[in-house]
Amino acid sequence: MVLFELGGVILGLGVLSAVAGRFGISPIPLYLLAGLGFGLGGVAPLDAAEGFIEVGGEIGVVLLLFVLGLEYTVGELFGTMRKGAPVGVLDLVINAAPGVGIALLLGWGPVAAMVMGGVTYVTSSGVTAKVLGDLGWLGNRETPTVLSILVMEDLAMALYLPIVTTLLAGLALAQASLGLAIAAAAVTVALLIAAKFGGIVEAFLRSPSNEILVLKVLGLVLLIAGLAEHVHVSAAVGAFLVGITLSGELAHSARELIAPLKDVFAAIFFVAFGLQTDPETLPPVLGIAVALAVVGIATKMTTGWVAARRAGVGSTGALRAGTLLIPRGEFSIVIAGLAVTSKMVDPKLGPLVAAYVLVLIVLGPLLSRLVEPVAKGRRRRKRKAAAKQRQDSLAESIG
Amino acid sequence: MDVERTALPGIGLRYEFGTERGRRMGVVTHRSGRRELIVYDPDDPDSTSECVVLSGEEANVLAELLGGARIVERLAELERQADGLVSRQVRIHDGSPFDHRTLGDTQARSRTGASIVAVVRHGEVIASPRPDFRFETGDVVVVIGTEDGTNAVESLLANG
Repeated sequence: MVLFELGGVILGLGVLSAVAGRFGISPIPLYLLAGLGFGLGGVAPLDAAEGFIEVGGEIGVVLLLFVLGLEYTVGELFGTMRKGAPVGVLDLVINAAPGVGIALLLGWGPVAAMVMGGVTYVTSSGVTAKVLGDLGWLGNRETPTVLSILVMEDLAMALYLPIVTTLLAGLALAQASLGLAIAAAAVTVALLIAAKFGGIVEAFLRSPSNEILVLKVLGLVLLIAGLAEHVHVSAAVGAFLVGITLSGELAHSARELIAPLKDVFAAIFFVAFGLQTDPETLPPVLGIAVALAVVGIATKMTTGWVAARRAGVGSTGALRAGTLLIPRGEFSIVIAGLAVTSKMVDPKLGPLVAAYVLVLIVLGPLLSRLVEPVAKGRRRRKRKAAAKQRQDSLAESIG
Repeated sequence: MDVERTALPGIGLRYEFGTERGRRMGVVTHRSGRRELIVYDPDDPDSTSECVVLSGEEANVLAELLGGARIVERLAELERQADGLVSRQVRIHDGSPFDHRTLGDTQARSRTGASIVAVVRHGEVIASPRPDFRFETGDVVVVIGTEDGTNAVESLLANG
């Protein structure tokens, strides 16, 4: 029965992903909806496969962050931080504020405020990178600015996740500060290893065959992730740090080998999150989620606008930069997932984040698509005006 | 010519330059080997108006068409300039007696009257190779001379 249910779910996800690809949207919202459909109070509850989906979801988060870490080299992380720090701070402050504010307004307490701040702060780098590629915007002047904001957010997550996991573990203050110290030390050591001794790790992993490489890499990632979780740094952070440590040719082959595994388990992760959410809990929080989403669009548009203008980009590019930052996705779900499983926060937090992400992950790419025709129209009008002016001055000089 | 290089964190690198006629264009190189050929909007330097996605192989073919064709063009021009002069490209095959031997060893010019003017190795052109230049299997030797002379060099390189 486990295989039957699991097969049904995975096949269903494949079909949903095909549908999403057809319309050029991210499949993540569809995965979430599928999870909602199968879960508590859903149309077709899964009994046998639920255990596997839970573990699979955990592996999904770990692989998601590992692959994300692979995308960056330590040099890039530090280089971007030095250059873009002011924008990074603005991004953090104005985008975390709505989340913190709503949690406090609802009386959910400081831990939930910390969680919601993270949820509204972080852009989905996966969705944004895909939109950039799909729309052919990689050459645009504002693109490096947008990407450097994403890099800074990812780095902020590496520091934020261990702190939030410690808080969610509900430890006493003394224990919590010890946990935080360990977490900070672990992150620092990992970054140092990556910067100075990345070669040793790579020498260990280098393998003559794909089979050996994929086993070594997957094993190492899960091991470090588990270890990180044991010392109250989240498993996801551990995986992210392993990803950053690897670079060059090895990172390239590791990414190619792990990518299909990541795709499968990440899809299962979104289903697992949906499973934990009872669809009946969605309507009561929908109003708040939409309001929060509207604010979230405004704050990210502001961030993108300011960042692009600082880099000397014109208004069209600044608009594009803003829309690119709107989608919230995997990270927001990861944070909310950690909070929901810890049972330290209001149970309404899960559905609120699910609805919030559903709205923004659909609206963000749509808004990005809308900017282009508007901008093109404006450029065409400008060109016509210039041509007319030339004609007039020509007529004048002849007449 | 100035080529501007920008890092795209998490994706790769972007190279751009302006053409003499005032257009800006460039190439985005992804770490995955994918290449994007971009052309900027003439009215808005921030925006790309065209973006062609190329696989690694397609990018190589395009590069060859843009760069390699120039050599062939020049050779054709040379032939037009001097009547009776022929250029020929001869490949050093596996088992050629001159594999791993030097250009000087062939004594090509004194024996055939034709000149070896360039060697193309791994897509790179080595112009005017010196007598101590050592051949390798796979080299393409560019010979210029009379019809008979270039034929003689071809059989010389193949059979000694």
